[in-house]
Amino acid sequence: MALTDTDLRRLARLARLRLEESEISGLREQFAGILGLIDQLQAVDTRGIEPLSHALDLEARLREDVVTETDQRARFQSVAPQVEEGLYLVPKVIE
Amino acid sequence: MDLANTSLRQLASALHERRISSRELTQAYLERIGRLDGQLGAFITVDPDKTLSQADAADARIARGEAGPLTGIPIAHKDIFCTEGWLTTCGSRMLSNFVSPYDAHVIEKFAAAGALILGKTNMDEFAMGSSNETSHFGPVKNPWNLAKVPGGSSGGSAAAVAARLAPAATATDTGGSIRQPAALCGVSGIKPTYGLVSRYGMIAYASSLDQGGVIAPSAEDLGLVLNTMVGFDTRDSTSIDRPAEDYTAALGQPLKGLRIGLPREYFSGGVSPDVARAIDAALEVYDRLGAERVEVSLPHSQLSVPVYYVLAPAEASSNLSRYDGVRYGHRAAQYGDLNDMYERTRAEGFGAEVKRRILTGTYVLSRGYYDAYYLQAQRVRRLIVNDFREAFARCDVIMGPASPTVAFGFGEKTSDPVQMYLSDIFTISVNLAGLPGLSIPAGFGASGLPVGLQLIGNYFSEGRLLQAAHGYQQATDWHRQVPDMARA
Amino acid sequence: MDWEVVIGLETHAQLATHSKIFSGASTAFGAAPNAQACAVDLALPGVLPVLNRAAVDCAIRFGLSTGATIASRSIFARKNYFYPDLPKGYQISQYEIPVVSGGAMVIEVEGRVRHVRLTRAHLEEDAGKSLHEDFHGLSGIDLNRAGTPLLEIVSEPDLRSAAEAVAYARALHRLVTWIGICDGNMQEGSFRCDANVSVRPRGQEELGTRCEIKNLNSFRFLEKAIEYEIRRQIELIEAGGAVVQETRLYDPDRDETRSMRSKEDAQDYRYFPDPDLLPLSIEAVWIDRVRAELPELPDAMQQRFTDDFGLSMYDAGVLTASRDMARYFLDLLPCAENDAKLCANWVSGELAAALHRESLEIQDSRVSPQQLGGLLKRIQDGTISGKMAKELFDALWQEGGEADALIEARGLKQISDVSSLERIVEALMAEHPAQVAEYRAGKEKVFGFFVGRAMKASGGRANPEQLNAVLKQRLKAE
Repeated sequence: MALTDTDLRRLARLARLRLEESEISGLREQFAGILGLIDQLQAVDTRGIEPLSHALDLEARLREDVVTETDQRARFQSVAPQVEEGLYLVPKVIE
Repeated sequence: MDLANTSLRQLASALHERRISSRELTQAYLERIGRLDGQLGAFITVDPDKTLSQADAADARIARGEAGPLTGIPIAHKDIFCTEGWLTTCGSRMLSNFVSPYDAHVIEKFAAAGALILGKTNMDEFAMGSSNETSHFGPVKNPWNLAKVPGGSSGGSAAAVAARLAPAATATDTGGSIRQPAALCGVSGIKPTYGLVSRYGMIAYASSLDQGGVIAPSAEDLGLVLNTMVGFDTRDSTSIDRPAEDYTAALGQPLKGLRIGLPREYFSGGVSPDVARAIDAALEVYDRLGAERVEVSLPHSQLSVPVYYVLAPAEASSNLSRYDGVRYGHRAAQYGDLNDMYERTRAEGFGAEVKRRILTGTYVLSRGYYDAYYLQAQRVRRLIVNDFREAFARCDVIMGPASPTVAFGFGEKTSDPVQMYLSDIFTISVNLAGLPGLSIPAGFGASGLPVGLQLIGNYFSEGRLLQAAHGYQQATDWHRQVPDMARA
Repeated sequence: MDWEVVIGLETHAQLATHSKIFSGASTAFGAAPNAQACAVDLALPGVLPVLNRAAVDCAIRFGLSTGATIASRSIFARKNYFYPDLPKGYQISQYEIPVVSGGAMVIEVEGRVRHVRLTRAHLEEDAGKSLHEDFHGLSGIDLNRAGTPLLEIVSEPDLRSAAEAVAYARALHRLVTWIGICDGNMQEGSFRCDANVSVRPRGQEELGTRCEIKNLNSFRFLEKAIEYEIRRQIELIEAGGAVVQETRLYDPDRDETRSMRSKEDAQDYRYFPDPDLLPLSIEAVWIDRVRAELPELPDAMQQRFTDDFGLSMYDAGVLTASRDMARYFLDLLPCAENDAKLCANWVSGELAAALHRESLEIQDSRVSPQQLGGLLKRIQDGTISGKMAKELFDALWQEGGEADALIEARGLKQISDVSSLERIVEALMAEHPAQVAEYRAGKEKVFGFFVGRAMKASGGRANPEQLNAVLKQRLKAE
């Protein structure tokens, strides 16, 4: 399985990564190697095997419904790129 | 005090007995860092004022007689652990300006124990790498040979401990990121059972595989640090609630009758001859200590690399979506609309390896490919776990090389990602199975570079693993060897 | 052509928990921007989600109330997409195995009872809000709402008209507020609907292409948006066009739906199990405990009111419009000699009108069930007339107090004793002999004249029935 330039551009768009045209051929080559590696899995017979998400077979532990957090906006927003009146600012969101 | 030849336990006694103050000890380490780290690049951030004020607080605590085993000990932290008021970069340009507003659970635990933050260590960007060449802050050099890589992703922690710039360092291991650099730098490193160390505040790479651990010169030191680092945390849903355990309790007990499983697959080619020789010699030491060899098989272990390079990038592609330039971290200086802001921010903020893994993960999760890659990888993951279950029915600990080669040169594997990925062939399956694993120095291979022996245990058998490692270290002195630069 | 309309609703009910679904931040409405967005809600590096037990409780309550199946093991998944109000770049939701599946709602439209099947209900987290007022051409992001627990309730495409869709939404609204899992406040966005609408020629098996209309936060908009969309689709097809599957937004100002900016690449949410969260296990004891705590459900109570009290389905519906309404009614009954019809009339009449005038909810009524009961008792025993009772109700509403005390203080006590009434009537007859003669000559219309005069003479306090009887008897007498 190989990825075309169109595939790579689509993936980059989904992942919100700007790709320069100059990067694409190198990536395509590296992906050929990576896909060669992971395509080894296709040959494995896994009929009847359940997928495993976590090695340890555990269940969710739940929290009680208690408010434990206080307002720390000033602290959290001290590391924000752009804020005004307590809001995070971004280029206009169009709906 | 000769910091190059003093173990963490000895430092702790010296502090306890007031033969040295925490301030003096810390100053000595800071002096070493100032003098030697320019060649190594093991640290991203050192903040002597902050560290020394913590040392003074520790000294006061010792004076009050309230000291615990780690009180006053400076510990270096991989820059993946959020530390309040400290730059926490994860080795990335994306977080190159991120001063964490909160502490990771692990950092809280060390603070409560009275340990100090000595600095934040360099690492592969977002823990993605096996050579520490992907860090935005430059590569870390291997203290044994500055032309060689220290391994990764916890290369800074391993190099710092190897050069004795820190008595111990925290690290994380998703596919071998503690054990492989520990092996390449000639130090000891442990990755506990998944869930023992809280992941809260440990910046996520692949959530179902990430686990915090320790790098230190010896197994005994690992146990001492682990005693503080392990612990249940309600803020991590995958944290395991178990009674506290003293990981040093079994140290010194004899190894007679210990059943050592030797997986056929780890000893059938693919290992460079110098590494194979050192591992054989290490196993002979265990023979002499009365352990028994058992041949076991991990038939699916060859598939662990492809499974890992589906699952880890898949989780990473999602975990790294939060870096969007909106609430913290890097934002592109120039952009047009919202999508352009996202795309430029992320293209600038992430390095090439991180982007490759995000794209790989996006691909294996995308419509039409999910079943063939992601679900299939999860199924094979179960086969790998089953292999270990069967092996541990027949042995107490599995041994083999931690890395197929000794440290390689800079740039040797960067052009071919797959070659780089294969350097974790012996460590990755342990993460997929969630098992504890450690690496200890076991002599030297080609060009006088260290070789690491990997010990893999069953779930929650950290105490036994450390006992096995300690027994070996009582019979050998590889773990006391330090590179020339560290003696300076 | 005869068109059949097919509608399914996806309803997001904000769950009435104190804290968020995966963090300990408050869910209270109306805080300063981002004051209730904690480290987890902001998706700071390294933070992790931990599931709120109360949110699961709510989902179980809902499942049990609709006859659905509660999954013994369900999975949280990540739905990946980029949006500034979605801090992690993914929403934690449930995909393959939701906590609740199946179940049904019963609705009644124009006398026709319909069963609406539910597909599923799953837990997920809400997103923040993008504020579009101008910040020098930028948008502001408030993440207070991010992480608020939602139950997304998905119906099968069983609804056949805008009216049915509204009836379903109202029934769902009554249910979720009744069982206390949602405050139902639609202005604040606690209960909002997306409608999937399609049309097909009647008799055709295959479904038409559907459009999803997003974020309908009032029943009126729901109805108007669906009606517009039905018209649009039919006109489009009849003009030779074809409906395109897309997401549309209802614009209440222009009463139309319009296509949302079409996404440049088809959405691919890349769902996968959230590795930060382990499978949610719900054991039978948990379900049993929730079942034991469930109140009588509105449909059952409505039926009981018609069966036990002989109320009409409509009256019973009014009285079970909300749990507080039903509680008021049930509290009132014993205070008013269990005269259900009288109580029902007063609750749905005078009381409802007074509440409506002041935009109050029944639980904020200024007349308590005990006060109203005191008043109704005096109607029952003939102390006051219905007309007087209405005046007294107004007085109770305005001034408070007890009906008996007010009756006393205002001298409103009805004159029911025959001798007093006879005195009044005799005096009238003596005053108006001509009219007496007319009546006796067969001009019965004059009777009304005497009633009016007698009432006036009694200051309006004469018991009308008694007065009638006395008048009839006296006027007849030779």
